[in-house]
This record gives sequence, C-alpha cells and structure tokens, in this order.
Amino acid sequence: MNDSLKGQNLTCIRGDRTIFSNLEFELPEGHAVILNGSNGSGKSSLMKIIAGLLSAQNGSLSYDGHNILGNKDWISRNICYLAHKNGLKPEMTVGENLKFWASMEHHQGDVTLEARKIGIDHCLDLPVCYLSSGQARRAALTRVLCHPATIWLLDEPTVGLDVAGVELLAGLMNDHLKNGGCILAATHIELHIDPHKSTILNMADFSLKSSHASEINLGKDLL
Amino acid sequence: MIKLALSIIMRDVSLSLRHGSATTMVVGFFIIVVSMFPFAIGPEQNILQRISVGVIWVAALLSCLLSLDRMFQTDYEDGSLDQFVLSPVPLELVVVAKSIAHWLTTSLPLIVIAPILGIMMNLPNEGFLPLIYTMLIGTPALSFIGGIGASLTVTLRRGGVLLSLLILPLYIPVLIFGVLAVKASIGGYDATSHYLLLLGFTLFSAAIAPWAAAAAIRSGLE
Repeated sequence: MNDSLKGQNLTCIRGDRTIFSNLEFELPEGHAVILNGSNGSGKSSLMKIIAGLLSAQNGSLSYDGHNILGNKDWISRNICYLAHKNGLKPEMTVGENLKFWASMEHHQGDVTLEARKIGIDHCLDLPVCYLSSGQARRAALTRVLCHPATIWLLDEPTVGLDVAGVELLAGLMNDHLKNGGCILAATHIELHIDPHKSTILNMADFSLKSSHASEINLGKDLL
Repeated sequence: MIKLALSIIMRDVSLSLRHGSATTMVVGFFIIVVSMFPFAIGPEQNILQRISVGVIWVAALLSCLLSLDRMFQTDYEDGSLDQFVLSPVPLELVVVAKSIAHWLTTSLPLIVIAPILGIMMNLPNEGFLPLIYTMLIGTPALSFIGGIGASLTVTLRRGGVLLSLLILPLYIPVLIFGVLAVKASIGGYDATSHYLLLLGFTLFSAAIAPWAAAAAIRSGLE
C-alpha cells in the first residue's frame, strides 16, 4: 500500500454538541471510502474538516506520514471538494463558470471533453439559472473532473441526478480510482463502485466495513 | 497573481452588469437622497450652496452601503465562497479583487453622477473638480472598509442593518477630509493636506482590509 490519507482520533464539536469523536479512517491510493450515516451524523463535517473549512477539536490528518490538517497549500493542490452547493453563478453560463474556476484552480482538463463524459456538454452555453438541479449538479461535477487533485471529497454527489447520471458518475469514479485517485464520498444510494476498492465508513459507530468479503480483514486492521 | 485578481474583478463586474439592478438601485438612491434636500430646505441658494458638498458626500456613503451586503453574500449562498477559500488563490487577493469590483460597480457610477447633482445643489464652479478628485481618492476606502463589514456579516441572514452600524462610524474620516478638501478649494485655500490625509486613509484601509476581511470570512465559514 502506497500513500494514504489517514485520519486519527478526529473529534468534531460544533456549538455544544459533539458530532463525532475519535473517528479513524484510512483512504489508500486508488481506493474509495463511502460515508454512510443518517442525516446530521457528521458526514459533511468530516469532509469540511478534511478540506480545512472546519477545524477539528482533536486528532490528526496525515498523508504519507505528513500532517496536512490546515495545510492550505497542500489541500488546495491535492483535494477537490464538492459541497452541497454547486458553487456556480446562476447569471453566468456553464462554460463561463467552469472557465473561471479553471483559471482559479489551475485546471488541466479540457472542459468540453470532461463535460461530455458527464453528459452536460450541450448546456455549456446556457446560463446556470436555466438548468434543472440535476443538470447543475452535472455541471458542478465537471469542475471536479477538470480539477487536477487526486483526492475527491464528494458530498452527496448524486443529489438531483437521474439514473443515467448516477451510472455515468459511478463510471467516472471508477476511472478515477483506476488512475490512482482517492475518493471520499457521502451518499445515500448505492454507487456501484468496484467492491474491491471501496470501504464503507459507518458514521453511527465509526466502523469500517469493506464492501468486499475478502477485504474484511483490512477493515479490522484499520480499527 | 494579478491575472487571477483581474479575472475575479471581470467576473464580478460582468455579474453586476448582467444582474443590472444593483448599480441602478445605488445610483437611483443617490439621486433621490440628494434631491430630498432642496425640497426639505427650500430653494434658498445660499443654504444649498453651503451644505452641497456635505450632502453629496453623505448620500454617497449611504448609497455605497446599499450594495455592500451583497459583496460576499451571493458567493456564500451559492457555495463559491467555500471554493474561493479552498482554491490556491489567497483569500486576501480575493477580497482585494472583490473590493475593487465593488468600487467599479458602485462608486464609479456615483462619481460620474455627482457633478450633475452638484448643479442641482448649487455647488460653486470651483468645487466641481475637487469634488470629483476627492471622490476618486476617497471612495476606494469605502469599498475596502465595507469589505470588512461585509465579510463579518456574511453568514447572517439579515446582516444589512448591523453592517450599517458597524461600518458607518468608520466612514467618518473619509467624510471629514473629503468635505474639507472640497470646501478649502472653494474658499481658495490650499487643500493639499486634506487630499493627502484622505489618500493616506484610503491606502491604510487598502492595507488592512484584505487581512481583516479574509480572517473574518474564514472564521465565519466554520
């Protein structure tokens, strides 16, 4: 196992409420961790902590042995975070939005090409306010596809997507894993990601379960 | 780095142009507030002349406030602000760029319209150029300081009133030196020191606002 993103003893307190405590996870290269849990169980908070938008009360986050908690430079280069909100300006066209973020985040990918992969290339000239919520989500996912980062944090990436869109996304996520990327995704629906490569992190009891039987041992090791 | 700042400025200006309402609203408000005074005070030219500079400056400060609360709010609502924080671009640069964009879309139209209102307020002939100069020098400070207030209130749902209470007292130095410089020019005195103090205040606000506003945004997003 090569580089991996490792969280240890992570504790998140918002207001007076402890969202989670002593959370542990490991995300090796080419693997996905699917966050599972009820609403309010801290899936988004965990992602925000990893992305550096929230500070953790406790614990550490390391990649390849180096602490990355709060290391903004490293995070902005290596992590792409897709939040609940799409981060697209309704007054601007999809193409303009993506072009803007491409210059902000040093994207390398070709926008039209990546947009075609997720089936939104015919809308590049439309203002975002004309799009349906599923189309807007696809546009936001195009930004993720163009982003040079290897680690994807996807917070409910399938919200608003139709069945075909979910299938496209699952295919793209599998491609990303094949290319050595990592994915941490929170979702309520089955994404059909290669079971050999994905682990399920249950936010209720912080248990890691492999979605593949032979890797259950790996899950136990991590605990 | 400058290229990135320019593309943020271009984005915000074009958003404001497409949206249309913000700039029109600010200019409309400016005109209406200033034209209230001749109605309230009566057509006495001496009194209007004496208060003209002060009225135009106060109206400009108030108009500037109108569009301030949207400076970061729209980006916060659609998630762009999170992305700015996470992007490799320093948040301080984003604040500078957005302040400049705010100045271009709010203060610049006010400066263009101010001489016309000056005629209405019976501003003496010697006062027109100094009025434009002081506004050019002083209004950037309004956008920079306003940026601090806008970033402090970005997560509040109805932050507009609080924003006014926070920011208006900080606008007082701009008001004092802006009005003094124009009045000195009208009276035939040397106004250099007022101009320099106004410029100094603008530069001071440009130097501290990016750090203060960026820190406020970071803690506000938590």
